[in-house]
Amino acid sequence: MSGGSYYVPASSKWPALASLAMGAMMAGTGTLLVHGIAGLPVMVVGLLAILAVMTLWFRDVIHESRSGLYDAQMDRSFRWGMGWFIFSEVMFFAAFFGTLFYVRTFALPWLDGEGAKGVAALLWPDFTASWPLMNPPDASIEGPHETFSPWHLPLVNTLILVTSSITLTVAHEGLKEGYRDTARHWLLGTVLLGLCFITIQGFEYYEAYSHYGITLQAGIYGATFFLLTGFHGLHVIIGTIILISILARVQRGHFSRDDHFGFEAAAWYWHFVDVVWIGLFTFVYVF
Amino acid sequence: MASHLPPKPIAQYEETASGGLAAGAQHAPRGLMRWLLTTNHKEIGTLYLIFSLTMFFIGGIFAMVIRAELFQPGLQLVQPEFFNQMTTMHGLIMVFGAVMPAFVGLANWMVPLQIGAPDMALPRLNNFSFWLLPVAFLMLLSTLVMPGGAPNFGWTFYAPLSTTYAPPSTTFFIFSLHLAGISSILGAINIIATILNLRAPGMRLMDMPLFVWTWLITAFLLIAVMPVLAGVITMMLLDINFGTSFFNAAGGGDPVLFQHLFWFFGHPEVYIMILPAFGIVSVIIPTFARKRLFGYASMVYATASIAILSFLVWAHHMFVVGLPLVAELFFMYSTMLIAVPTGVKVFNWITTLFRGSISFEPPMLFALAFVVLFTIGGFSGLMLAISPADFQYHDTYFVVAHFHYVLVPGAVFAIMAGVYYWLPKWTGHYPHLRLSQWHFWLSVIGVNLTFFPMHFAGLAGMPRRIPDYALQFADFNMVTSLGAFLFGASQLLFVWVVIKCVRGGEKAPARAWEGAEDLEWSVPSPAPLHTFETPPDFQPQQH
Repeated sequence: MSGGSYYVPASSKWPALASLAMGAMMAGTGTLLVHGIAGLPVMVVGLLAILAVMTLWFRDVIHESRSGLYDAQMDRSFRWGMGWFIFSEVMFFAAFFGTLFYVRTFALPWLDGEGAKGVAALLWPDFTASWPLMNPPDASIEGPHETFSPWHLPLVNTLILVTSSITLTVAHEGLKEGYRDTARHWLLGTVLLGLCFITIQGFEYYEAYSHYGITLQAGIYGATFFLLTGFHGLHVIIGTIILISILARVQRGHFSRDDHFGFEAAAWYWHFVDVVWIGLFTFVYVF
Repeated sequence: MASHLPPKPIAQYEETASGGLAAGAQHAPRGLMRWLLTTNHKEIGTLYLIFSLTMFFIGGIFAMVIRAELFQPGLQLVQPEFFNQMTTMHGLIMVFGAVMPAFVGLANWMVPLQIGAPDMALPRLNNFSFWLLPVAFLMLLSTLVMPGGAPNFGWTFYAPLSTTYAPPSTTFFIFSLHLAGISSILGAINIIATILNLRAPGMRLMDMPLFVWTWLITAFLLIAVMPVLAGVITMMLLDINFGTSFFNAAGGGDPVLFQHLFWFFGHPEVYIMILPAFGIVSVIIPTFARKRLFGYASMVYATASIAILSFLVWAHHMFVVGLPLVAELFFMYSTMLIAVPTGVKVFNWITTLFRGSISFEPPMLFALAFVVLFTIGGFSGLMLAISPADFQYHDTYFVVAHFHYVLVPGAVFAIMAGVYYWLPKWTGHYPHLRLSQWHFWLSVIGVNLTFFPMHFAGLAGMPRRIPDYALQFADFNMVTSLGAFLFGASQLLFVWVVIKCVRGGEKAPARAWEGAEDLEWSVPSPAPLHTFETPPDFQPQQH
């Protein structure tokens, strides 16, 4: 708690425009899904508007921060805000991991006649539970032909993400020691590793659809696979965009040795995405 | 801040401002733009409260349609399909549009005032949180005119009713819930940051008024479970539009999984709607009993215990779905445990009243009614917690009676108590006494006429969510419908009281209530647009 007067930011048009843009994007997406192509332009305009508004909103905040308007208390508010935001993301993924565990531990064995609710086997008497689930209970749903070996591309991706967390930490240490070039180079390395990850993941998706028969429609294995890796991949993409903007800010000398919360927030986010991947690699690919 | 940056200028405001809700127009952008762009916690609080009241009436109209149809057995007014849309929309609007935004509105107004902060920690985010809501609910309400009609599967939207057999508008329902969820998460982050970071110097956590404490814990619950709701509706979206089989056993999924995920969100959600109510009542009762709150620390610990337990009881909503025996037992006992901290709270409220100098101003009337009527809802909850008994009660009107007792004379009465308590602070005027009393008594009579007979109808076996019923339930339903019309109509009186109070009335001093001690009573009534621009001098009370 600071002793002097408080800083209260001036009003801004970005939040209201952001709500409008989000509404437009969601209405457009809904229309696209339910009524067809007519929703597409609205969705695209909404999405672009969100990106534009975010850019402008962040630009204002960066400008205010650069003008020295923010005090230590504002800095703490940002820290609390980012920390709790990441916690909300943790819970978002927790729901998906919970789904995976529930299906593997309860739903499938019960459909196979095992356990407390094995009576569910009456639905499809011929069904045999397995994980990955190659043969979904009902014949109308075609399962995958083959699954990924965790020790090829997924392992490479694991090494890439873990390395990227290390390079990011090196960049952070560089910044803290006042070596801006070190920070810049290692941050650039982190961004490149992020891009590698996204590319490999994209290639894996291509393989999944074209050779392995792992699709969204391929029963619960495909569904959980794409749910978990898809939302994680989306977060890597967002994280990479954040890191690119932070790189641009490092380039312009926005950060000092002891004042660089923008950098730290991005790093928190990136490490969070990394930790989620460790969970994914363990429970989606290996076990 | 960094050493190389220019020195920090003293915070500037567009206006040195005076006049809160009543006398607002001195702020820079005027008219509609003022409200669209505002980052002021009082203005945003007002927006939340007005939005919530609007939704309360829209949801209320849906309830009136339901009660009109159920006035007599047989189908009179609406088709069963439309009836289902009404029950669904009534629940969704009341939960996400009326009760939750009302508490967020009260938090916006009162948390900064009660902790001596100048505003919320992240004022622009605050504006964003609010303006997401009208967008979300416009989308939700628009489903009523879409082909195939609005969502018709109940506010709990169980799969496969909400996936395989759902109307096409369900996709829009999902997106509207996403928007409302984002709003809640961002609002909760803001409230936590405010409470943890902006307290007046010298105010420790255990010095905070209980409304602030309960909101701190509620905000934690919101951040923990709203993402789970986002996750489960995203899986619905994929099942509906992209052919996944999360909730479809044919592909290896499980419809029961939906219920687990939903109620993992849903049970903390019901505490999200009641913990701030506990806070309001814990602030009002000491004021009008002119005594310190009995057992302040135990109130805080009880609130925290309820919050933690709320993550461990979700499957008591699913006793009849086919759970393993061990799950039935675990969730039965864990649910019954919640009665302990809740009992502590009721005990503390009553003990605060004991030998107090009680007076019965309108906020106190609502707070006292809350204690009695919420406890009725608590007890019926205890009955429902008993798994073997729940097999009988499940999906009957007994359940409807239970959760309406905790939500209407519980959450809604607490909101109204809070509104009557703080209206003098917001407007500078006391609400009209006689009209407020009329509003209170009509509401109390209406609410009990509506919901008490539902217990009997439910125990006698009347199922919920049906437009028609067997003849033996006719009398109970007629009483319920009459009560509902009375309750609905008496809320118009509430609007009148509020409008009257905004426009004028008996002037209120800074300390509007004799026994009120928290920081908000140290600023003038009406509260100026900007308060506590420098941190106030806070003297901790002895609890």
